[in-house]
Amino acid sequence: MPLTVEVITAERSVVAQEADMVVAPTMEGVIGILPRHAPLLTALGPGVMILKKNGAEENLAISGGFLEVRHNHVLVLADTAEREDEIDEQRATAARVRAEEALRDAAQHPQDLSTEAARIALRRSMARLDVVQRRRRRRPNP
Amino acid sequence: MPSLRDIRRRIRGVRNTAKITKAMQMVAASRMRRAQQRAQESRPYAEAIGRMVSEVAHQRGDPSALHPLQRRRPENHAAFLVFTSDRGLAGPLNSNVLRRASAEMLARSDSPDIVTVGRKGQDFFSRRGHALLATFTGLGARAEYADVIPVARVLTAAYSAEQIDAIYLIYPEFVTTMTQRPVVNRLLPLGGAEEAGPATDFIIEPDPEQILSALLPRYVEVQIYRALLETTASEHSARMVAMRSATDNAEEIVRGLTLTYNKARQAAITKEISEISSAAEAMAKAG
Repeated sequence: MPLTVEVITAERSVVAQEADMVVAPTMEGVIGILPRHAPLLTALGPGVMILKKNGAEENLAISGGFLEVRHNHVLVLADTAEREDEIDEQRATAARVRAEEALRDAAQHPQDLSTEAARIALRRSMARLDVVQRRRRRRPNP
Repeated sequence: MPSLRDIRRRIRGVRNTAKITKAMQMVAASRMRRAQQRAQESRPYAEAIGRMVSEVAHQRGDPSALHPLQRRRPENHAAFLVFTSDRGLAGPLNSNVLRRASAEMLARSDSPDIVTVGRKGQDFFSRRGHALLATFTGLGARAEYADVIPVARVLTAAYSAEQIDAIYLIYPEFVTTMTQRPVVNRLLPLGGAEEAGPATDFIIEPDPEQILSALLPRYVEVQIYRALLETTASEHSARMVAMRSATDNAEEIVRGLTLTYNKARQAAITKEISEISSAAEAMAKAG
């Protein structure tokens, strides 16, 4: 019996499908979830989430969130989540450059809201670029 | 009987009003669709995170290590976060919310702390001489997630500092285009164990305290975000309906006035003809 996977953000539902295996970036490291996994509740960090189904892979860029497993149902509450076809590589690269600059600018005010915002933006852009690179490795000439 | 010219002038005036209400109706209708969709799409996350928070909160034993947002205490001081629209002409939407809010405050607290989102609520409470803890306007126009973070901060800071003992959200929930219902939801403290469903034995990693301290601020933001989207969807729906009935009423008035106008015109013509014919008759007799 396969897993049912649901990825939702505060704005929308991103994924609702079945998968044989789910790989997710938790705060403590990457975990793999197979059917009949024990009930689990954990926090996700920024990174790439992978859904495997019949040997095919789908990657999502996640910027953080929470994951719950129960009765073969994987529910991810993501801060942001994007499918690979939604990611614009040039924009993600530009966003990373922008975030790095903003982070340097904000370094003087460590408790400021802008530092946190820049840090989040940086992580998000890096997760997106990671997804893009995985797609490229799989299909060398898109 | 008003003169023909007066009637004509009134018809023109009502037609102009109808043009304006029609335009507002169209604008509201186009915003409404998007706002309704966003409100509906925000619900699954808001409901799921609420469930998750109570699952984690009940899986942990040590009451001394409670997260500041999880501490419960006697409810001496309640805070109310009231959502209204910034603009009016939205039918009974805002007055329904504000009436519900006033009743709720009266029942729960002698000196409520009030935070408003939306200009109508701000005007209402400051007119009545209530002190407002904070007010936010202009959030509904974009209604982005980042907009609610300051709102959440004001409330969580006051709750953590024990200035307030409970937080209630009052907003118009979007039900259908025709129906919006003012609702009151307690945001904090979380519901007691008796309110949670049957517990599943979860493995919680890294540990319940850490998960909870990440979940709780997010939970607060998301519930506020959802309330904002519900308010925006309700606002545009209520305005669309109000403006549609205003346009319909205006058309009704124009129909009635046109009828009166035609009758008056007919009467004037009849009168003129009878005057001419009686004059002709008199001349024929005389001749």
